[in-house]
Amino acid sequence: MDPRDFWGNRTKSCLCLILLFAVLLGFYSNVFSLIPRRQTEKSQSPEAHHVQGQRESLTLSEGDGHLDSCRIPEVPRLLYPKAQLLKPSRVDVLVMTPWFAPVVWEGTFDSALLDVQFRNTTIGLTVFAIKKYVVFLRLFLETAEKYFMVGHKVIYYVFTDRPADVPQIALQDGRQVVVLHVGNYRRWQDISMHRMEMISNFSRQRFLREVDYLVCLYVDMKFSDHVGVEILAPLFGTLHPGFYAADRQSFTYERRPLSRAYIPRDEGDFYYAGGFFGGSVPEVYRLTTACHQAMTADQAQGIEAVWHDESHLNRYLLSHKPSKVLSPEYLWDEQMLQRPPLLRKLRYVAVPMNHTEIRSR
Amino acid sequence: MVVPRGGQSSGQCPVDKEHPFAGAQAQRLPPAMHCLRLALGLGFCLLLGITLCSLWMYVENWLLVSYIPYYLPCPEIFNMKLQYEEEPSQPVAQSQYPQPKLLEQKPTELLTLTPWLAPIVSEGTFNAELLHHIYQPLNLTIGLTAFAVGKYTRFVQHFLESAERFFMQGYRVHYYIFTHDPQAIPQVPLGPGRRLSVIPVPGPSQWEEASMRRMEAISVHIAKRAHREVDYLFCLDVDMAFRNPWGPETLGDLVAAIHPDYFTVPRHQFPYERRPVSTAFVADGEGDFYYGRAVFGGRVARVYEFTRGCHMGILADKANGIMAACQEESHLNRRFLSHKPSKVLSPEYLWDDRKPQPPSLKLIRFSTLNKDTARLRS
Repeated sequence: MDPRDFWGNRTKSCLCLILLFAVLLGFYSNVFSLIPRRQTEKSQSPEAHHVQGQRESLTLSEGDGHLDSCRIPEVPRLLYPKAQLLKPSRVDVLVMTPWFAPVVWEGTFDSALLDVQFRNTTIGLTVFAIKKYVVFLRLFLETAEKYFMVGHKVIYYVFTDRPADVPQIALQDGRQVVVLHVGNYRRWQDISMHRMEMISNFSRQRFLREVDYLVCLYVDMKFSDHVGVEILAPLFGTLHPGFYAADRQSFTYERRPLSRAYIPRDEGDFYYAGGFFGGSVPEVYRLTTACHQAMTADQAQGIEAVWHDESHLNRYLLSHKPSKVLSPEYLWDEQMLQRPPLLRKLRYVAVPMNHTEIRSR
Repeated sequence: MVVPRGGQSSGQCPVDKEHPFAGAQAQRLPPAMHCLRLALGLGFCLLLGITLCSLWMYVENWLLVSYIPYYLPCPEIFNMKLQYEEEPSQPVAQSQYPQPKLLEQKPTELLTLTPWLAPIVSEGTFNAELLHHIYQPLNLTIGLTAFAVGKYTRFVQHFLESAERFFMQGYRVHYYIFTHDPQAIPQVPLGPGRRLSVIPVPGPSQWEEASMRRMEAISVHIAKRAHREVDYLFCLDVDMAFRNPWGPETLGDLVAAIHPDYFTVPRHQFPYERRPVSTAFVADGEGDFYYGRAVFGGRVARVYEFTRGCHMGILADKANGIMAACQEESHLNRRFLSHKPSKVLSPEYLWDDRKPQPPSLKLIRFSTLNKDTARLRS
């Protein structure tokens, strides 16, 4: 009995020891595997793009144009023709404003390069389809799928009072439609002006978290050519197609000093269109809030600006200069205007419609 | 024979029967006691393990040499800074200036926009008064670094005097002169809102060595001091002088200047580093412009990242025993190729006076002094 017991005891203690070792090993291995991971994560951010030349994308540093805006985006190897310093890209038009905002024309930018710089950007597109304007949504969204920010993440924010009438459109990967149910107004001018208020409210509530840039468009239009990340900037406006060649005295600014949108005759850079503006979410929020407050103040005075929200937009963009200006390629009306040779492409054009009929219902 | 007491030592199976000839009573310890002892032993081990572990973590962190901490938090969301100059928080004051003419040909013959839509600054592309109206209310402080090491201290006087006349007039300016010999820096009278600080650096043995340490010195300096004192920082060469006004048109997120010797030259003739083993390697079909090392700058956070990145590249090359063809300039160009500048300065902002001024450059603002470079570098 005794030897057997002896071995039994020894076995037991051995087993216990083995069990203990196993427990300790398991415990320590977990803990130790945590430590190195934490350390490398810590040291990874500054050294991540540790100049191996052709290192590709960074984990944390998706710079400009993104929420983490601390960094210039790194551009991986790309082959493209070199810019010639002594050969201006366009000699027939102004390509840069006196405050260094590029005027975006075809030929001034390289899409491939810009796509890479903006590769992790989410763009929000706001469009208002109130009352009868819902009929424009189908064409608008279908052409947007073809031409607007292709290859990037896009969220279409459709503001409508008739959510059931929003058409189902086949969407590409990374794109979605968000229908926002809002109230309507009797007059189309009021609808147009309340755009500012609604965009301002939703910017703070939603857009700030969901997208990096906002583009605010009119719905009664369609895309006919590429509209990409070349338009993205902290704040951008578009040249109105009717006034790009006009003198500042003939701009249809609000000229009554009583209005908050008043601009004197000797001031003004460009006449910006109300149907295509945008920028980073904070900047669009500031713009729409300012415009809405100005319109409310005007309403209290019993005055309405001559071109409603467009007048207030122009007032704002005069004192808060946009960082990019889009050429009339980005907003054109083929019916009302003859296309000049300086417009090499027409990207976003008006859809022919009967204004009175649409606006009356 | 010694009869060991059962269950006494920790971490061991709390049983008794080490000795084969132990008494029968020893075998009959209740199982509950066994489990209890086992549990106690395990628990003690675990506790010991946790203590050792946390001690280790603490010691390990303490022992590690930490490089310059990444000090800059992301700016809060409503001050989001994006690709171009930060939107001014205040509106532009009314000012009279001519309307921009959309359809008129520009007087300049230079390209005014890079393919990634960064402005190329030259005379005629901007309205100085308008820019002044935009930037003046922002109460900016602009820093200026210059390295006066070795024989280069003799240039400081002329550099500072010309900067006092032409550099960022009307703004707060802070000069940082890096030198191994603070006594050699002359006292130059400075205008109001402008100050000078002398930063001591070790004296170099060779010119190449000095130029390679510039990136490191600038990034260390930003981390220690400059990020608190200035908004924008320019890093210029001291053996040059300002000839004409240099104003807020140069301010941007990350600013580079085109090298005067290479702005008419095709990219395959740029003196990039062509050996693939170097971190500054640029392949044959690549390159936008050849930027000069004598002028670069931007927002202080960007300059920090930029100089840090260059310095890392230089260190990596050093570890591989290689020195890039144009030393620091090769690394600068490599970095500007992957992190494209948000604003590019035309050769007006970095000129070589030995060259004849071409008609495309209307106003030279910053250029070299004629000197015997070989003699200086010895």
